[in-house]
Amino acid sequence: MSIGHAPTTATEQAPPPAGADGPSGRAAHPVRSMLAHRGVSGLFSVIAVAIIVYFATLVLPGDAAQAILGKQATPQRLALLRHQLHLDQPPWEGFLHWAGGALHGDFGTSLVNQQSVTSLVGPRLLNSLALVLLTAVISSVLGVVLGAISALRADKASDHVMSSVALVASALPEFVVGIFVVLILAVEIKAFPAISILPPGETIWQQPNELVLPVLTLVIVTTPYVFRMSRASILEALHSDYAELAQLKGASPARLLFRHALPNSMAPTVQVIGLNLLYLAGGIVLVETVFQYPGVGLALVNAIDARDVPTIQFIVLVLAVFYVLLNILTDLIVLLLTPRRRLPR
Amino acid sequence: MTVQTLRSGRARNDGPARRRGALRRTLTAALSTGRGRVGLGLMLLIIALAFIGPYLAPNDPTMFVGPPYAPPSHGLPLGTDDLGRDVLSRLLDGGWYLLLVAAAATAAAVAVGAMAGVIAAYRQGRAGGAIMRVTDVFLAFPQIVFVLLLVSVLGASTWLLIVAVAIVQAPQVARVVYGAAQDVCERDFVKAVALWGVPPRTVIRRQVMPSLTTPLAVEGGLRLGFSIILISGLNFLGFGVQPPNPSWGVMVNENLLGIRANMWGVIAPAIVLALLAVGTNMFADSLARAAFGAEQAEDFVAGSALGVGPS
Repeated sequence: MSIGHAPTTATEQAPPPAGADGPSGRAAHPVRSMLAHRGVSGLFSVIAVAIIVYFATLVLPGDAAQAILGKQATPQRLALLRHQLHLDQPPWEGFLHWAGGALHGDFGTSLVNQQSVTSLVGPRLLNSLALVLLTAVISSVLGVVLGAISALRADKASDHVMSSVALVASALPEFVVGIFVVLILAVEIKAFPAISILPPGETIWQQPNELVLPVLTLVIVTTPYVFRMSRASILEALHSDYAELAQLKGASPARLLFRHALPNSMAPTVQVIGLNLLYLAGGIVLVETVFQYPGVGLALVNAIDARDVPTIQFIVLVLAVFYVLLNILTDLIVLLLTPRRRLPR
Repeated sequence: MTVQTLRSGRARNDGPARRRGALRRTLTAALSTGRGRVGLGLMLLIIALAFIGPYLAPNDPTMFVGPPYAPPSHGLPLGTDDLGRDVLSRLLDGGWYLLLVAAAATAAAVAVGAMAGVIAAYRQGRAGGAIMRVTDVFLAFPQIVFVLLLVSVLGASTWLLIVAVAIVQAPQVARVVYGAAQDVCERDFVKAVALWGVPPRTVIRRQVMPSLTTPLAVEGGLRLGFSIILISGLNFLGFGVQPPNPSWGVMVNENLLGIRANMWGVIAPAIVLALLAVGTNMFADSLARAAFGAEQAEDFVAGSALGVGPS
């Protein structure tokens, strides 16, 4: 992430001809130049990702149609599938065909039931989005609050306990956490359903009970990172000269925390929250499988089992685009939260 | 500065000769903390279980010894699994493969990533930029999704799994090494040797790399932990292990449906995996703290863990 470069490159430029850099003729605004820079590299990433997605699924391993249909496939079915996957064209033409369709929102039809991929995966995207957003909100708030408490009690017993728990929780594989959650809350106590069964056509909001265990699992996995980062950065802020001065001037501990330490610790914390969201784009695959939660992660695993190539391509591409956009958004927010970088020089 | 001091690379006291002991000092410092000792202990315990276990297994791990999901009994202390095989024997035999694949993938990722990162930092300019661009593209996927993409059509053979996991981990290593190597490449002792006419390959190997052993060791430790988590996750999803063979991740998946009948088929492998992951992570974390201090270690570990390199 090269946000630090934005101001330097802007000032190092030779004086631009009048009007080249906006009406004032001054160096580009850091926010704008960062957005332009990241936007271009993001677009580059998405195109590269699309190429990788297409070629990794279809072109690399010899005859994909044969691999999908198996050895007993009839020649007619093979020919039909090759046509459907653009395999009867040269690779690059096939790719352009697929990418052209994708630009119009047409990702082909599922090989499993001939439904269009977008209508098949669309509702599941919403279910996964619910899972990700709920997790992000809960783990961010929880992580910052616990981090602040821990920082204020640095080196006391409660701080050590919280830090140790965070270290252990952050190390656990997500499906193992999911298993323990199922075991305790669904098998032993029977408080929540162990797996999510959603009648077709319903969104997850109509069955909020089924959200509890997956969200809880993801919160356990992601909160430790927010906690650790916010604890470290609040601690750093509390030990700074300006915090000491404020304390000497008689600021109350609450004012010290909310007015001085918290705002200055927000940038690294937001960075970690962004990283958490990025992690969730992959983490949902395993957790949705544990709970059979009807989201894109489970859809991806099922599509791979069925070798449903158009569905695989669509889901991977969606997750990658989400990844790229989120990266840019995180960097933007971090930039906005760091005044000395935000302002033009 | 005389020619002699230039040649020996000791013109400044931060030269490679002094740095060579840095890794050992970091290790000693990490093992002097409780976190480091507990982490290494847990790691060694599970590694021992995984490699000695197959010789201790009372039954053939693929043999049927009773009805499915039988609860623990006298001869079968952990009961049976979904097909009536001995859970204890499968547990003892289900780790070595995971550990070998994880170690191989991590070694490959560290080697490739370190090479790419160092070359990018040393070359700067266009070549360096191109290398880092490539890592950016790989970092635009969630790791597990990328591996799934690779194994989706080919099916998951052992080699493909190792290569796929190495591919998703290498860009991380490249980022970390790039960041660390940029500083080193700017140092006088490196520039002096390069001016002396020594070929870049030798400068990198003899002057730059020795200064990078500590960040590489920390990153390697963290990567090993993530490889274990990633591969066991893939096993859980049903990729990377041929069906009758046991693996901790596979066992969790196989026995999930019978969790009410014999919970040990799920709990036992889950606990072993948890201990392994926690041990590896604690040890790597203590290394990071010993190497960079508590605050920078937070950045390093968080960035590494969540799949995006330090900025």
